[in-house]
Amino acid sequence: MLRYAIKRIGYAVVTLFIVVTVTFFLMRSIPGDPLSHMARALPEQTRANYYAKYGLDKPLFTQYLMYMKNLLRGDLGESVLYPGRSVSETIAKTSPISGLVGGIALAIGFVIGITLGIIAALNKNRWPDYLVMFVAILGTTIPVFVFASLLQYFVSVKLGWLPPSGWGQPRHLVLPIIVLSFGPVASFARYLKSSMLDTLSQDYILTAQAKGLSQRDVILRHALRNSMLPIVTILAGRIVGVFTGAFVVERMFGVPGIGFYYISSINNNDYTMILGTTVFYAALFVIAQLVVDFVYMLVDPRIRIVPESR
Amino acid sequence: MDKILEVKNLRVSFNTYVGEIRAVRGVSFELRRGETLAFVGESGCGKTVTAKSILRLLPPVSAEIKAGSEILYKGENVLQMGQKRLQRYRGNEVSMIFQDPMTSLNPTMTCGQQIVEALMLHKKLSKQEAKAEAIKTLELVKIPDPEKRFSAYPHELSGGMRQRVMIAIALSCQPSILIADEPTTALDVTIQAQIIDLLKELKEKLGTAIILVTHDLGVVATLADRIQVMYAGQIVETGTAREIFYEPQHPYTWALLSSVPGLAERSKQELYSLKGTPPDLIMPLECCPFAARCEYCMKVCRQQMPQVTNVTATHNVACWLQHPHAPKVKPFYERGLSHAQQA
Amino acid sequence: MQEEISKELFQIIGPEDNEAEKIARPRVSYLRDAWRRFRQNKVATLALIILGILAFMVIFGPAISGYSFEEMDTTNRNAPPSREHWFGTDKLGRDLFARVWQGGRVSMIIGLVGAFVSSFVGCIYGGISGYFGGRVDDIMMRIVEVLISVPYLIVVILLSVVLKSKSLGTLLLAMTITGWCGIARIVRGQVLQVKSQEYVLAAQALGVKPWKIILRHVIPNVLSVVIVAITFDIPGYIFGEAFLSFLGLGIQPPNTSWGALAATAQSMYAFYPYQLFIPALMIALTMLCFTLLGDGLRDALDPRQRK
Repeated sequence: MLRYAIKRIGYAVVTLFIVVTVTFFLMRSIPGDPLSHMARALPEQTRANYYAKYGLDKPLFTQYLMYMKNLLRGDLGESVLYPGRSVSETIAKTSPISGLVGGIALAIGFVIGITLGIIAALNKNRWPDYLVMFVAILGTTIPVFVFASLLQYFVSVKLGWLPPSGWGQPRHLVLPIIVLSFGPVASFARYLKSSMLDTLSQDYILTAQAKGLSQRDVILRHALRNSMLPIVTILAGRIVGVFTGAFVVERMFGVPGIGFYYISSINNNDYTMILGTTVFYAALFVIAQLVVDFVYMLVDPRIRIVPESR
Repeated sequence: MDKILEVKNLRVSFNTYVGEIRAVRGVSFELRRGETLAFVGESGCGKTVTAKSILRLLPPVSAEIKAGSEILYKGENVLQMGQKRLQRYRGNEVSMIFQDPMTSLNPTMTCGQQIVEALMLHKKLSKQEAKAEAIKTLELVKIPDPEKRFSAYPHELSGGMRQRVMIAIALSCQPSILIADEPTTALDVTIQAQIIDLLKELKEKLGTAIILVTHDLGVVATLADRIQVMYAGQIVETGTAREIFYEPQHPYTWALLSSVPGLAERSKQELYSLKGTPPDLIMPLECCPFAARCEYCMKVCRQQMPQVTNVTATHNVACWLQHPHAPKVKPFYERGLSHAQQA
Repeated sequence: MQEEISKELFQIIGPEDNEAEKIARPRVSYLRDAWRRFRQNKVATLALIILGILAFMVIFGPAISGYSFEEMDTTNRNAPPSREHWFGTDKLGRDLFARVWQGGRVSMIIGLVGAFVSSFVGCIYGGISGYFGGRVDDIMMRIVEVLISVPYLIVVILLSVVLKSKSLGTLLLAMTITGWCGIARIVRGQVLQVKSQEYVLAAQALGVKPWKIILRHVIPNVLSVVIVAITFDIPGYIFGEAFLSFLGLGIQPPNTSWGALAATAQSMYAFYPYQLFIPALMIALTMLCFTLLGDGLRDALDPRQRK
């Protein structure tokens, strides 16, 4: 168990290291340098100062070592577009907003998706099943921005119930959360249904029934827990989905989250910002996968003993 | 008589996309207190379906217990029990163990939890009391070091141990009937004997009536008081263990007996292998279901269903050979030659 | 009652000949059987028909419209759907009917080419990894693990930033560069599974040559899985392109795609909703149909997986 955990953490660190390195050199391989298009108009001396400030006067490899050293201290450098704005601080300021919206969306998606999955499994081949599967297919095939536009058009423009975009009040949260939770609802419902049907056909369900447990207890105590195991494995993917979905959703609804800044830094060629945010995202996802793996180990006793079976 | 279970004209069908499969076709039998009754027959002859019907454990959508069937537990019709009553009946009054101990235990719950669950439900015990009781039950089924095994997960135990845990779950609430569905089939031969010995001991100690479902006559020999031979969803012969082993009447029983190694040796005969497969249960059967494979098949067998004849008060057989007109034949293993070899 | 039965009926005639064991059903080839199962699936068949219609329109649509997708008509901007312009015109007065089908070409090409390229790479990579096994497999799968642990869309965004150019080819490269990992994993798993099957061991024991085993046993077994994976991948690529175009990282004007059309229309959806709805509907419909088709193909090609 412990050996497996250490191995897993080791892989995560190596992965992260590779990602940071590759991203760094990719960003530096862009023709010209990060400052070229904005520093062109500056006088020679100011320009040299700028280059020195961002360390761009040193050889590439030295720059890399410097970047890695700063990274370890949590310093991702300074925005090239807005001098004085620290990338780390921007991330620290904006990511909780994304985390809040994404977290609520994921939690709602999880609860509703699981519930719908159970309903579908228990009513297999009857109308509730068909209805849930229809919603699930729509949820996986309608792109977020289409769904978001439809909601904005009907709920905000036509009905005028909620503001189409903005930030600061709780009602601004409603539409982005609905949009972001649609995908998770769909995939959790789909996966839980098939895994629940699989579990319900297992012999130990029969044992539980033969014990005299009520249908409710059989489902809640025996079937649900075992059906949730495969769900845990798709959780990491859903976390990713919510964050990448946020690129679009935050822009459309004017939510000042990290996705919003990521996209605008891309559109503005703010290289340090792009690099820093990418590193942050990569770290986030690698850690999410790690956590999900450990959660899986905790909920499935079989894996605690034989980690190699995975 | 102290009958605790009486099944009358049980008929069960499965509705599938190819049509209605009549898995059990009018089975009637009874079980007395403390008695061990064995259902014997090939795979797919309806023994497991009959056993599951007693607990109403058949899949609700595809399986249908036909109107007119009755399952009386101490005079109460199980088929008419409400959900609440059924839950008290299952596990508490009648319990069941299954074929494969590898898959019949919930992999994410400890063995102890799975016993405690039943105890808390039926005996209304507190968690502590239930745990003490569960450990006592584990001791009863001879699991070494029961305190430690209590918190073990199923995958940490061997197959034999798991089957013992299954038996512990089933017996924890002291049911009056234990249904054992092929309890030894999935186990190693040496473990099989241990489980059979355990069942035998428990039966004597607790006085639990047992319904033993098996295709293995060897298992039956040491355990059963009465045997019921099933074929194509019907009972073809029933009698005390003595009667079935020493005076079998039905050609199908003969075939079964002579295909068991230990028993066949008695007559110094080659192991018999019964040709063909049981009939397709989709078809309605109007003649003897065994006719197509029977060495002694007569013309009448292909035309009419045989009547049940009483050989003795406890011994019944459904075969045309019992008819006064029928030729008197002996089982082929007593003649030393099979009919086929003669021909 | 028993007395009525005549005596001669009690004559031993013995067991029947075992005619029952003959195989009565005619043999049907795997593919024909799969096709039969597929056609029984009404939803999947309908999806295939709709995709056929979409494909037809994407090929011939721009010609049918009678306008070029680039042709501007400044006197007729943001016109609602009418007889001249079936889907209306955009803010530069371009015919939307022509643009929607022109954009569909880009979306469809990205979906199809992306899925095929990535499954081609994935098949080879996964096949090698699974076939050789052991240390090779270990290293190759570690690489895949690293690639997969970086979110797909981040990779695509990063690459389209780095590569600067926003042509179709760049977009495809960015999307397929890690896109093949999923199929590589599936193929590897399948190859490993087939390799350990008894019939393959039997063939090896009989001295059948490796390439024959690959041809006879491995490829047919892997093929159905790959076909299904491709079908499920296509909507993924269409979505990816739409997503990028929506963020302004995809196809650049004057060329267009469904995602780009939706993005342009998004800023004015309150006034001209149809400009948004039509391309959005096309994306959703195409993705839906490919997903349903994938479901149908999976059920038809591998009946064991059927739930």
